Amino acid sequence: MEIVTYTTVETFVQHIPEVTAAGVIIKAIIILAVISAIAGFGTFIERKVLAFMQRRLGPMHVGPYGLLQLVADGIKLFTKEDIVPQNANPFIFKIAPVITAATAFIALAAVPVFPDFTIPDWIPLLGGVFVPSIAADVNIGILFVLGMMAAGLYGPLLAGMSQANKWGIIGSARTAVQFLSYEVVTGLSILAPIMLVGSLSFVDFNEYQSGGVGSWLIWQQPVAFVLFLIAGFAETNRTPFDLLEHEAEVVSGYATEYSGMRWGMFFIGEYANMITVSIIAAVVFLGGYSVEGIGWLTIILKVAFFFFLMLWVRASWPHIRPDQLMWLCWKVLMPLAVVNIVITGIVMMV
Amino acid sequence: MGLEQFKNRNVGTQNYKMLDLGESPKTGMAQFSQVVSRALKGELFVGLWVTIREMGGTLFGNKLHTIKYPFEKLPISPRYRAIHDMLRLLESGHYRCIGCGLCEKICISNCITMDTRYDENQRKEVSEYTINFGRCIFCGYCAEVCPELAIVHGQRYETASEQRASFSLFEDMLTPIDKLNLQQEYDGFGAVSPNADDNIKQTPLAY
Repeated sequence: MEIVTYTTVETFVQHIPEVTAAGVIIKAIIILAVISAIAGFGTFIERKVLAFMQRRLGPMHVGPYGLLQLVADGIKLFTKEDIVPQNANPFIFKIAPVITAATAFIALAAVPVFPDFTIPDWIPLLGGVFVPSIAADVNIGILFVLGMMAAGLYGPLLAGMSQANKWGIIGSARTAVQFLSYEVVTGLSILAPIMLVGSLSFVDFNEYQSGGVGSWLIWQQPVAFVLFLIAGFAETNRTPFDLLEHEAEVVSGYATEYSGMRWGMFFIGEYANMITVSIIAAVVFLGGYSVEGIGWLTIILKVAFFFFLMLWVRASWPHIRPDQLMWLCWKVLMPLAVVNIVITGIVMMV
Repeated sequence: MGLEQFKNRNVGTQNYKMLDLGESPKTGMAQFSQVVSRALKGELFVGLWVTIREMGGTLFGNKLHTIKYPFEKLPISPRYRAIHDMLRLLESGHYRCIGCGLCEKICISNCITMDTRYDENQRKEVSEYTINFGRCIFCGYCAEVCPELAIVHGQRYETASEQRASFSLFEDMLTPIDKLNLQQEYDGFGAVSPNADDNIKQTPLAY
């Protein structure tokens, strides 16, 4: 078998087979199935990691080491009574979890997940179909993903406002405040790497950093990396910034009146968003993946590290007050991001 | 896990450390410098280090705090008053109870019932002995009054039952004869005090 080596980007791109509709559909199904499963498994990992960090054991009784706990949780969520509160707006109440889950998965469409492969010819019906690594390889991938994650704020917002519950209203107010504010920091912090690379495509980012660890953008843009991580924690509603549904203050925030699978869809959406932010951070700042050999393992390791970091931080740090959140966003992170962009621009011009 | 921490009742003599929080900054510049110093101090990373250290200790250092309760149990204080045990003499294996009836007499909730008779050697033997655990308040008087250390409070603290009146028979509480070597002496109510030898005095024969 002939081993093809690609010297430049152009020749590599020419060798990619044509992306067909069947390939995209297969890719979409793979993303849905695998990311849902990983999101479910993520809840198990989160409980285990938190338990170990607090010197506990975590789930132990369902299956070996509690591995089947997520199956038990799934059965519970699917069979629980589905309650729509009396004074709620039923249509919006029912559609809000769908918005959260759907936007989280739509964002994953423009993100590279798993390598390209061609289905072998001996499989009937689908043999020979090329499955791309990115379901929709748009050349403004970063913009699309950030936009989709921003659209995800309608889920908690509408959920909180439709459920006729004061905690829900507070939760949705915090959603609007937190997500809109940190959208600014996310965009500004990622703008400096975009200026350096000169493209909005994840593939271009990946190729810009293909020269080994030394070429990673984190060395050129450490401030942007830290800002993006902080904003990513806020965007995914993770612990130092989990004001939307903080139990000690607002019962469960926007998810107060939800039960069963509707609540579960918020959960899946949140975990899918965590994976998306981890992938963006890995591709934009930590060199992403390499196409040859087992280079795909590296991005899985990087994404796993960011996922673990979110659990680690949750076990370590207390969450902050809403006014501290706003103070941090507008008085610290936003000016820092702007200064970072200005300095990057000056360095690029000189 | 030892019992020392249970025995320490000196609540007021621990060493409390007061936090030195200092004064809140007054001017804007002081606030700014406080924010910068706190942000760059690395205290957040100390927090991260603590949790990852605990995780390592849990996984590899045997510092787990979880007791898988129905399968594992923590030791309880010997003075805890749980379900009664009837002890045997270590040498002969015969039960210690001499049928004196003091426990039945002193029981303030009238839950102990016993009946005795003379056996063929004109020795008193216990023919009936029940404790109604629906009534028992686990005061420990029976164990304290027993002259032979025969009835004691054991370590079985799971007392839930399906009936309010749950009787326990003599044979249920008696140490099984094949587990005689595992029988523990009782340190609680009515036990001989550790300095019992010092307290022995000559009988004043002058009376």
